[in-house]
Amino acid sequence: MDKRLERILPRVQKPARYTGGEYNAVMKNRDEVEVRYAFCFPDTYEIGMSNLGMRILYGIMNEMEGVWCERVFAPWGDMEEEMRKSGMPLYALESGDPIRDFDMVGFSVGYEMAFPAMLNMLDLAGIPLRTEERTALSPIVYAGGSAMYNCEPIAEFIDFASIGEGEDSTVEVIELYRRAKREGWDKPRFLREVAQIPGIYVPSLYDVSYNDDGTVAAITAKDGAPAKVTKRIVQDMNKAYYPAKTIVPTTEIVQDRVSLELFRGCIRGCRFCQAGYIYRPVRNRDPELCAEYARQACADSGYQEMTLSSLSSSDYPGLLPLCDELEPFCEGRHINMNLPSLRADNFSMGLMQRLAKGRKTGLTFAPEAGTQRLRDVINKNVTEEALMQSCATAFAGGYNAVKLYFMLGLPTETDEDVLGIAEVANHVVHCWRENAANHNRGLRVTVSTSWFVPKPHTAFQWEAQIPKEEYERRVELLRGAMKAKAVTYNWHAPDTSFMEAVLSRGDRRLGKVLYRAWELGSKLDAWEDYFSLERWMQAFADCGIDPHFYANRERSRDEVLPWSVIDCGVREDYLWNERQRAYEETTTPDCRSACGACGASRLIGRKCDG
Amino acid sequence: MAKLRMKFIKEEQAAWISHLDLMRTFQRCFLRAGLTVKHSQGFHPHPLMSILLPLSVGQSSVCELLDFETVEDVDTEALIRSMNEGMPVGIRVLECYDVTRPVRELKVLHARVEFEYDGGVPADAQEKLRELFSRESIIIQKRTKRKAMADVDIRPMLEEVLFAEEEDKLILTVRVQAQDPGLNPALLATAVEKELPELKPDFVRVRRLALLDGAGAEFR
Repeated sequence: MDKRLERILPRVQKPARYTGGEYNAVMKNRDEVEVRYAFCFPDTYEIGMSNLGMRILYGIMNEMEGVWCERVFAPWGDMEEEMRKSGMPLYALESGDPIRDFDMVGFSVGYEMAFPAMLNMLDLAGIPLRTEERTALSPIVYAGGSAMYNCEPIAEFIDFASIGEGEDSTVEVIELYRRAKREGWDKPRFLREVAQIPGIYVPSLYDVSYNDDGTVAAITAKDGAPAKVTKRIVQDMNKAYYPAKTIVPTTEIVQDRVSLELFRGCIRGCRFCQAGYIYRPVRNRDPELCAEYARQACADSGYQEMTLSSLSSSDYPGLLPLCDELEPFCEGRHINMNLPSLRADNFSMGLMQRLAKGRKTGLTFAPEAGTQRLRDVINKNVTEEALMQSCATAFAGGYNAVKLYFMLGLPTETDEDVLGIAEVANHVVHCWRENAANHNRGLRVTVSTSWFVPKPHTAFQWEAQIPKEEYERRVELLRGAMKAKAVTYNWHAPDTSFMEAVLSRGDRRLGKVLYRAWELGSKLDAWEDYFSLERWMQAFADCGIDPHFYANRERSRDEVLPWSVIDCGVREDYLWNERQRAYEETTTPDCRSACGACGASRLIGRKCDG
Repeated sequence: MAKLRMKFIKEEQAAWISHLDLMRTFQRCFLRAGLTVKHSQGFHPHPLMSILLPLSVGQSSVCELLDFETVEDVDTEALIRSMNEGMPVGIRVLECYDVTRPVRELKVLHARVEFEYDGGVPADAQEKLRELFSRESIIIQKRTKRKAMADVDIRPMLEEVLFAEEEDKLILTVRVQAQDPGLNPALLATAVEKELPELKPDFVRVRRLALLDGAGAEFR
C-alpha cells in the first residue's frame, strides 16, 4: 500500500472506501495492458458503487483484451484535504496508480449538480481541466450518463460525450483509441474520427452563435461531424450484458444489494420526466432470463437483499410470475425482494403478498400532483381512486406507513392544486381508519414536495421554473393546510433545485460560471454539506451571466435549444404536441394501451415492448 | 450442526475494514461458499457468529478468530478453500476447527508495534522507552464507552516489551493483557506522546502476531 495513503487513512472517515481490494474487483498485469481506463464517478464511493450502469460498463470493458478499466470516485472533503496536503494525486482503486498517467478518463454523470465534482476530480488528478489545455492524445477525457443529454455547460472541459446507453459505443470508442495509439494519431484526428461513431458528440466540432437577446442563433457542425447525434441503445435486452458477477463492496454503500434490471424505458409518458423520454423505447428482458440472473447474482455476491429495478417496475408484464419463480430460491436463502418504484394504480394484493414478507414497514407512491386536473396536465395517469385502493390494500395487509411524493410549481398549477395535496393526505388518513388491520400501531403519512425543474428532452423543456418566492409561498400555503396529526410534511430547500434548473438547460456560456464556481470552492455540490447558492451567485456575478435567463424564462417553439444537436429518439414535435395537450388538460394513453408514435421505436426498427 | 472457530489473517487493504463491515463480509462469504450459518430465533433473526477481540481499524493481524454455528455438519477443508476464493484482498482463512476452549481462557495478546521516525530513530529512544515501560504505573487518558475521557493505568496490562531497530523504525514486540480489560497496543504510543513528547513517532503500525492462553501457549 502507498505509504502516503497508509498515513492518511487513520485520519479520514470510512477509510475502506479508499482502498479497493473488494471481492470481484478486476486486477490485470500492467505489462499486458494496452489501454488504461479510469472510470470516474463524480460522487462518493457509496453513491457510485450503487450505480448499475457503472457495473455494467466496468464488466464490459474488463472483458476486452488488453484493456484495464479501474474505478475512481470523488473523495469526501476530509480525504481530499489530506490528499492535497500530502501531494497525493487522485488514483484508481484497483492499481492505486495516478489517473493522470492513464489513456482514457471516462466520467459517468447522471446529475448536473455533479459537474463541479468532475472538475475537482480532474484537478485533484493533476489533469488540466479544459479540453484545449490537453493537447496530447492521452489522457482523453470524456463523459457519458443521462446528464449528457445536455452537456453544453461542460462542453469546454470534455473532449467528447457519449449519448445514450454505452454498452456498444464504449467498446467502439476504446477500439478506436487503441488504433489511434498504435498508429500515433494526434488528438484532433482522434476527435474527428470519434465523432463518426454513432452516439458520440464532440462539442469542439460544433460552432455556436448567439442572437442579441442571448438565445442560441445556430449550431453548426464542422469537420464532418454529424448535424444530429442520435443516442445509442441496446437493441435486445436478452442479449445485453448483465453483471451477475460484480464487485461486492466491503463497506456499506447506498444500494447494498443485488440490483436486477427487468426492462429499460417506461410506458407511462409523464410529461415532466426526462427518464421517461430518454430511455425509450421500452425493451423487456425475458422473465426466465431475469430469474437466472437473479440466482447467479445472489449466489455469487452473498447478498440477502434484491431490488427489482426499472423506471416503473410494477409495469413489467412478467412481474408476478417472476416473483413466484424466485420465491423458493429467496425463501431458502433468506433473501428479501423489494420494488423501488410502485405505481399507485397497480399495486395489488398479489404483489403485496410477494414482497418483503417479514418486514412490512412503509410504501412509497408518487402521485406528483394534488388534483386530477393537474395530474392530467402532467400525464401522471393515476386517479385518486386508484391511489386509495392501493392504500386500502396496503393498510389491510398490515402496512402502517405511506410516503407520498409531489411536485410544486408544475405548469398551470393553481392554489387549488396545491391545497389538493393536503386533501390527498387527509384521504389517506381516512382510508387507514377504515381499512387498517391493526389500529394500535398508528399511522405515519409523510408528504414530500419538491420544486419542479424543467428538463431538456421533455414536454416541459420550454417551460419557465416558477420564481423562488412563488415556490416558497406555495410551500407555506400547503404547510398551513396540513392539519392531520398523522401527516408529516417535508419540502425541499429550493436552492439546489434552482441551480439544477439553470444547469440542466444551460448552454456553453455556463462553462466559465462552472469554472468560477469551482475556483470559489464548489465540489460535491450534490451534497447539502457542500452546496452553497451564494457561491454560485458570486460566480454568476463575476462572469456577468444572469441565471434567471436559464431557469425562469419560457422558451418559444422556434428557439434553437442548446441541446438540439442531441437526438434522444423522441421527435421534438411529439414533445411540443405533448406540451399542447398538457395545456388542454388532455391525457395521452400509456404506450401499452396505444402507441403515440413518439419516434423512439425507429431506434430498434420494430414496435417497442410497451 | 457444529460450533466452529475460524482463524484468519486480516492485513493490507483489509486492515481498513471496520468490525461491522467485517461481520457483513464474512456473512456474505459464507453464503457464497454455500454454507448456512445458524440464525438466532425471533422476529429479526441474525446469524450466530462473533469475532473475538475486534481489531482496531488500520491494524493488521495474522491470528483473528471467528466463532460461528452451522446448521449442518461441515467439511472444514472444503469450506476454507471456498471461503478463500470469495474474500477481499488481505483476508485469508487459515484454519477451521471445532470450538473446544471457552473464550475466557484467552489471556494474552502478542503484537508487533512499529514506531516510525521519518528523521531516523532518535539515539536515546530505546533507552527512554525502556525506562518508561518499566515504571510502576503509566497513566494515560482514554476515551470511555460513554465518550468521556478517563485516566487509565496501562502498566498492569503490560507484560513484556522487547525492542529492536530497523532503518527508521523502532520495533516493539509486546505481550499485553487480552481482555477484562484488554490493552490496545496502539496505546503504547499514546503513553509515549504523553510522557516523552519529544519521542512521539510520526506513524504507528500495529500487527497482531498471536493470541495466547495463561500458560503462554497459542489459544485455539
